[in-house]
Amino acid sequence: MSRKLYTFNGGVHPDGHKAMSNGTPIRAMTLLPRYIVPLRQHIGTPARPLVAAGDTVLRGQTIGAADGYVSTAVHAPTSGRVVAVEPRAVPHPSGMFDLAVVIESDGADRAIEFQPLDWRNLDPSALRNRVRDMGLAGLGGAVFPSYIKLNPGGQKIHTLILNGAECEPWITCDDRLMRERAPELVRGIEIMRHALGSETVLIGIEDNKPEAIAALRAAAPAGMEVIAVPTRYPGGGGKQLTYSLTGVETPAGGRSTDVGIQVFNVGTAYSLYRAVELGEPMISRVATITGHVAQPGNFEVRVGTPLSDLVAAAGGALAGASGELIGGPMMGFDLRDSDAPVTKAVNCLIVKNPRLFPAKPIELPCIRCGACAQACPADLQPFEMYWYSRAKDFGRAQSYNLFDCIECGCCSYVCPSHIPLVDYFRFSKSEIWEREREKRSADQARVRHEFKVFRLEREKQDKAEKFAKAAEKSRESAASNAVTPADPDAEKKKAILQAALDRAQKTKETVTPKNTENLTSGVQKEIDAIEARRAKVEEKTESHE
Amino acid sequence: MIGSPYTLGGNSTSTIMLKVMLALVPGILAHAWYFGPGIWISLLVCSVFALGFEAFMLLMRGRPLKHALSDNSALLTAWLLALSLPTLAPWWLYAIGMLFAIVVAKQFYGGLGQNLFNPAMIGYAALIVSFPVNMTQWAAPVDLADHALTLLDAFDVVFAGQGSISPDAYTSATVLDTWKTQARLNTPVASILSQPMFGWAGGRGMETVAAMYLLGGLYLFWSRLITWHIPLAFLVGVAASAGLLHLIDPTQHAGPLLHLFSGGVMLGAFFIATDPVTAASTPRGKLIYAGLAGILTAIIRAFGGYPDGVAFAVLLMNICVPFIDTYTQPRVFGHGAGPKKAGKA
Repeated sequence: MSRKLYTFNGGVHPDGHKAMSNGTPIRAMTLLPRYIVPLRQHIGTPARPLVAAGDTVLRGQTIGAADGYVSTAVHAPTSGRVVAVEPRAVPHPSGMFDLAVVIESDGADRAIEFQPLDWRNLDPSALRNRVRDMGLAGLGGAVFPSYIKLNPGGQKIHTLILNGAECEPWITCDDRLMRERAPELVRGIEIMRHALGSETVLIGIEDNKPEAIAALRAAAPAGMEVIAVPTRYPGGGGKQLTYSLTGVETPAGGRSTDVGIQVFNVGTAYSLYRAVELGEPMISRVATITGHVAQPGNFEVRVGTPLSDLVAAAGGALAGASGELIGGPMMGFDLRDSDAPVTKAVNCLIVKNPRLFPAKPIELPCIRCGACAQACPADLQPFEMYWYSRAKDFGRAQSYNLFDCIECGCCSYVCPSHIPLVDYFRFSKSEIWEREREKRSADQARVRHEFKVFRLEREKQDKAEKFAKAAEKSRESAASNAVTPADPDAEKKKAILQAALDRAQKTKETVTPKNTENLTSGVQKEIDAIEARRAKVEEKTESHE
Repeated sequence: MIGSPYTLGGNSTSTIMLKVMLALVPGILAHAWYFGPGIWISLLVCSVFALGFEAFMLLMRGRPLKHALSDNSALLTAWLLALSLPTLAPWWLYAIGMLFAIVVAKQFYGGLGQNLFNPAMIGYAALIVSFPVNMTQWAAPVDLADHALTLLDAFDVVFAGQGSISPDAYTSATVLDTWKTQARLNTPVASILSQPMFGWAGGRGMETVAAMYLLGGLYLFWSRLITWHIPLAFLVGVAASAGLLHLIDPTQHAGPLLHLFSGGVMLGAFFIATDPVTAASTPRGKLIYAGLAGILTAIIRAFGGYPDGVAFAVLLMNICVPFIDTYTQPRVFGHGAGPKKAGKA
């Protein structure tokens, strides 16, 4: 019965602080007067708004439709009136604003009619369309539209993994969900298994959650295995959990589906159950509110709830609070604007104080001690990447596999010189992306220009040909009765055509391509560097194949 | 942008340096026990000059003093150099050693973390090529010395010169030196080893100091400040090549045990070759770097002009570190291994 577990390298053991919020049941929140529902709560294209200011909506009504393939729908969290569709602060590291539907609730909380689905007798693709319209996105953090992940897409997904590891410190929403709603969660897993046709179902939970493990073991039917994995951050990272449970490494730059494995967060399975068996769209999630607040715990939070109201529901921040974190302390970010709402991605809000989150010590020089490399779960050499990131030698940074960094924060956590390594890596990645973008637009301009030259040439050629034909015809009709041998006639045609082609060639030579030739030497150098890097990467991927 | 993680593990460079210094303490105590109080003076003098030079250079470079001085790195370098030098040498010898270690090897290259060469070993190398005579006058074990120095005597010797007492009364050559000279004169091995300065493994007294360094090194390993790769590869490198030479010609080459427990081998294996700034950093790279350093140590001892080879071996391998690191990068997760069979066990 016991399954062989594999041990990924690296990882750290930060203080969990989980007991602070996992002791009490999930609480409901009172209805709020106002909800702010962003239209982009998932990775991909924002949902297309279906309502305008002045419209009345019901709870569960679709207010944003999935737009394109990587997208999913957005729904009204309660009944009321749309007061605005406008950019609002959203929970994002940059503190950015994004298009949101602002709903003033009418207090009645009337819902649309929920239509449960008989999924067992439904074709998986119809099921997926339903999931898309229900607005499901992965609740583990990446909020990738779930319907896409439920599509095996020609690949055999032999193993379905449910991620209940919840390795980030402080966060306990998955823990409470598993303890309290295991039977429903398991039904969600059944639906996933149905859609993917997987044979093996593994539920991985870190062993610091014995109650959750027991609850799921009690609820899981035969064929679903609940496995306790050792508590070690980032044991709940998708790649790390997959490796722990199966020994399979997700290929670099690829997805676990490439090796026949799909991973979902346990919260997503529960939401799937609600969406399919109850017919209720994704209008709420369980989120942890903890840290320096009066009553830390977990709430069933409607999507669109202003974060300041969530803090208030937990009894409010205590005296001496020094800001808020969204997500956990290892991978989360500072909340810039507490009016920003809870979205599908928000699993935790931590109210900081200077004792729990002391100011970071000053950054000292790297002594290459290698603690970061030992802690890195991706087996990278962070201090080398740091060296080149600092020197802005992004090509070299990339050659040390910068893009395999999952930004888990273990390196920064262990660094004795307190170097914010992950910040350096984020910076390098964004610089490389930016340069790629510039390169791409230069490429596009060149292609456009070349096409224009080609088009002009073709038009001239066509014209010349037409002209030649017309001339031929008129000559033919003039000498209608004369017997002309076929050969010289064709010869003439050819000559005229050749003359036209020569003319076209000449014009082509006189036209000079402009937008890619007048580049500054700096831009040209960058383009060259990018080309070289690309060539290297391609070479690498080829040699791997 | 300062982002996640918002919590740190509590490691710090200054604590690491302190722990390494702590790991040296058993060896220092043993040294004081067997060779008298001179070690306290050389440690003190080296420390003072190290901090002085470090502060001076930071000022000259316009760098803030506080953090660099409190990282304990200069102190650690001072201790490592002091433990590599003869005690009871004149004070200016320590000063010149620290000048090369701190000013030339460390600060000229940009300070902590930037130096290519092990600072203590640069200091040692500069001294042994410049002052070979002073560098061979080691304090004799107390019970073998004609004259046991008190702390005050030692102070006098270091700062005021020998005075009335002849250095012959309290110094002697090291076992490595003695072996080399005697073996070249074709003295029978048994009669070399019967001299009182030879102990159960290496030099009398010094072998115990080496054993204490080994103990301190194990502490560094258990507290995860170093990995096993460098010490093990270094010791194996020394023992294997010394053993091979000994097998070929036992009259000229001492056995591996003597090599392991004499000179700078134990200190080098656990405290010097492991300096992260100048050592190879990948697991395979560490094995190559330290293994070759060990082999070089034995070769220099056997065929070189200097009695000990640790410093030159380490410095020569320091040169190769960027090359070694580049070609020994470990496999990154998800790269190349190909999917293993899904675990069914």
